[in-house]
Amino acid sequence: MKKSKMLLGLSLVAISGLVLIAADHIDAPAVTGNGNDITDVYAFQAQDNNNLVLVVNTQGLLSPTATSTASFKENVLMEINIDNNGDAVEDLVIQAIRKGDKMYFFGPVAPGTPGINSTIKTDSPAGNVAISAYGSPVVIGTSASGMKFFAGPRDDPFFFDLTAYKAIIAGTATAFADPGVDTFKGTNVLSTVIEIPKTMLGTGTGDINIWAETKQKQ
Amino acid sequence: MKTNNFKIIAMSFVATIMLVSCSNSDNNSSSPDFSGTFVQKDQMARPAINTVFNSSADKDAFNITVPSAMQAAFKTKFEARLLALNNATGAAYTTNALNLDSSTFAGVLAQDVLTVSRTGATAFGSLKGRSLNDDVIDTELTLIFGGPTGGDKPAFTSDNVDANDKTFSTTFPYLATAW
Repeated sequence: MKKSKMLLGLSLVAISGLVLIAADHIDAPAVTGNGNDITDVYAFQAQDNNNLVLVVNTQGLLSPTATSTASFKENVLMEINIDNNGDAVEDLVIQAIRKGDKMYFFGPVAPGTPGINSTIKTDSPAGNVAISAYGSPVVIGTSASGMKFFAGPRDDPFFFDLTAYKAIIAGTATAFADPGVDTFKGTNVLSTVIEIPKTMLGTGTGDINIWAETKQKQ
Repeated sequence: MKTNNFKIIAMSFVATIMLVSCSNSDNNSSSPDFSGTFVQKDQMARPAINTVFNSSADKDAFNITVPSAMQAAFKTKFEARLLALNNATGAAYTTNALNLDSSTFAGVLAQDVLTVSRTGATAFGSLKGRSLNDDVIDTELTLIFGGPTGGDKPAFTSDNVDANDKTFSTTFPYLATAW
């Protein structure tokens, strides 16, 4: 908690300076501290090369103590948007939301109406998985369609010498330190991980564009 | 914070009780409530874009803008920030290792999507996704500060942190266990 307050303070410094806080950890005032803050998004080819892995991390900078009580919010919908024709408008969405001790997944399915408002695609359930508890073995969910699901605390995979960057921007250093120091060492995030057959992401094999959103229930 | 934690704990107790009472009758009838409209609060694809390129006043607005509308709203401001960052660290921006001039690069950055290959290896450096091991900060620093070859301003193009503090798994869910 102390650390996140300190980093929140740094984001205020950014008003005049330009302090890079993290990948996107606590990047803006309205998302900080309410379960909406996306820290990082990953998309990479799975161990099975027929599949793609999509990762959305939220609620960054969790100390081990904070991690033990951190939880996904039941009023926050995570949405992975997939554009498969290059216009930066989502053609498919994959949704994830916590209810009770499980994370429920929907899609990939056409969004109906793209944009900033969403309803949950209950006609297209993908599966669910029990949320893995801190310190417990991972629980992996699967679907008949070949998807895999995980939700729970993980080590923050992001690495960056924030302190050195801050010093450079503040004018008190003229180069990064070598070796640098990973500011995010020892901190955790709440991760949602989906592995999905590439064939479910639209026809063709061209590049796709993806992005993640959090959406809060009105 | 303490109040929040208390509320969360209280809410999770309520949720647990409700689930228990439902499961007494019929598992299938205990389907959760998925109703309602959900309104966008955060958006993200490439790392650090909002943090680096938006002024404090624009950060929340950026997060609730859909990608197809981002260039119109933010490209000009991103270009100004790109030029200012370079002027503050030495030589002015010309192009980068992707051969993008400041206007084109700002346009790419302002539309915050992650382009992902469906046919082969994925890596942030080749703009074909983002893998867990990718040193995305060095890639971005190099494109911002490194000039046409990526070799300019070497003091600013790597933070010299080249790997995560834990080893990733080769199997699902790939991310390392929490600290």
